[in-house]
Amino acid sequence: MSPPAHSEAAVLPAASAPLAAEPAEIRRLAGARAAALGRALLPWALPLGVLALWQAGASLGLLSSRVLPAPSDVAVAFWRTLGDGSLLTNVAVSTRRALIGLAIGGSIGFALGVLNGIVRPAETAFDSTMQMLRNVPHLAIIPLVILWFGIDEEAKIFLVAIGVAFPIYLNTFHGIRTVDRGLVEMARVYGLSSTALFWRIVLPGALPSVLVGLRYALGIMWLTLIVAETISSTEGIGYMTMNAREFLQTDVVVLGVLAYALLGKLADSFTRAIERRALAWHPAYQNGSEGAA
Amino acid sequence: MEIFSAADADVAAKVRADEIRATFAPPEPRANAPRWKGESIHLSAVTKSFGARPVLRRLDLDVPAGQFLAVVGRSGGGKTTLMRLICGLDLATSGTVRVGESHVTGLMPQVRLLFQDARLAPWQRVLANVGIARGPHWREEAHAALRDVGLADRGRDWPSVLSGGQKQRVSLARALVSRPGVLLLDEPFGALDALTRTEMHRLTERIWTEHGFTVVLITHDVAEAVALADRVVVLRQGEIALDVPVDLPRPRSGIASTEALDLQRRILAAV
Repeated sequence: MSPPAHSEAAVLPAASAPLAAEPAEIRRLAGARAAALGRALLPWALPLGVLALWQAGASLGLLSSRVLPAPSDVAVAFWRTLGDGSLLTNVAVSTRRALIGLAIGGSIGFALGVLNGIVRPAETAFDSTMQMLRNVPHLAIIPLVILWFGIDEEAKIFLVAIGVAFPIYLNTFHGIRTVDRGLVEMARVYGLSSTALFWRIVLPGALPSVLVGLRYALGIMWLTLIVAETISSTEGIGYMTMNAREFLQTDVVVLGVLAYALLGKLADSFTRAIERRALAWHPAYQNGSEGAA
Repeated sequence: MEIFSAADADVAAKVRADEIRATFAPPEPRANAPRWKGESIHLSAVTKSFGARPVLRRLDLDVPAGQFLAVVGRSGGGKTTLMRLICGLDLATSGTVRVGESHVTGLMPQVRLLFQDARLAPWQRVLANVGIARGPHWREEAHAALRDVGLADRGRDWPSVLSGGQKQRVSLARALVSRPGVLLLDEPFGALDALTRTEMHRLTERIWTEHGFTVVLITHDVAEAVALADRVVVLRQGEIALDVPVDLPRPRSGIASTEALDLQRRILAAV
């Protein structure tokens, strides 16, 4: 990703160095750096352009602040809520709910995926049930969940857990089932125990698929949380935006949406980092980050 | 004036001898460690059927310890089945299969199999692939085995960056790590280009000469069989159609002599 160290040294004022690079060489390196910078900035061009148009529209009075507040108003709302601590508190509360739900639902989905992937009778016993449950939109059971858990933390965590369990289950199951049979046979011939077979062959073979499941699950995690928090809460980003709606504070509503977008992006970058590390053996992840896109 | 005393030379010679021993001899006998010597193979009246279709019919075959046997035949002639019976991946429908003194009733730790495809775990580095069974001292042993196949400096690479021939060499090193009594080669050179194949033949012959285990090579390439083996068996429709010794001097150059060509013709006629 970053240019090799020697090129930086060449671009820095290196006139005093005995081995100063030729001017043409410096120009070439500078050009390469500019190209790299361009590649890094390009993904931001579209959102920044939209932002500029939006601000212009609001400043010229083309957009009513009832419909959409100006970006500058959102920025002000950001400073205000940051200052009184409510933003950070709400983000922290939401993140905590999301992660607890992910941990519970993800563990259940992963464990069932591994079990059904390895043990045929378990698949026979559980898989069709899982397929039935998976096709129920989990948000459809919100009324039931409120009856069961009231409007406490448990209700939200439960919903998130249900939401994330299925994509992780499906992808873990699929990953384990598609592990190369030839490698499993090799491991048996070479005397690996069942435990060693699982840790050295089956799990690493299923990992790319499990991580795809995790990325799906992260999207569903935030989606579920938004819905759950807007229904009944006294804290959290969802509560913050619903509360703002009552007072027609569109700037805070937009701020809440942005907070979700940012958290979602963070979660995605986090999984990508895990992928880059855990799948370093994969040809697609070698030679730096370019293959990972 | 002498710089090195006789005592120094003695020490140097001893260190060198220790190095050689460390490379080729088992360090200390491990519990149930396979011995680093050839094991004989005995098949008597072995029949293997899949459903109603017999693949091997009352097959008798004795392979003395340390022999390099090649089994040739058409696809579907029972070659791969024979190999799976010897290493215990499949069990005979009737008859007995023995490796050394033990009856084959399951996977045999003293038998190692080299597959057609190298079957390296892509998520383990080369060294970890060689030491996949992770015995005690596996790093040193895996490193020694890699040195044996000429890939000492590739231990830290991912398998995906290796060429086809290098992958097969890694898989050979993986088979050698446990010092097997029997090495089964299931057409491991079939997918390689001609030059790499010749290189692999030389390597296999050298390692077999050094370590003296028993080899069963399955191949449909008659020239390869004659170039490598002590004895060639032709398997046709589940029965032995020809069983000839190959009395050619070693190491073999890879260029077939008239004698070798005659032998090839005889074998081809039987296939």
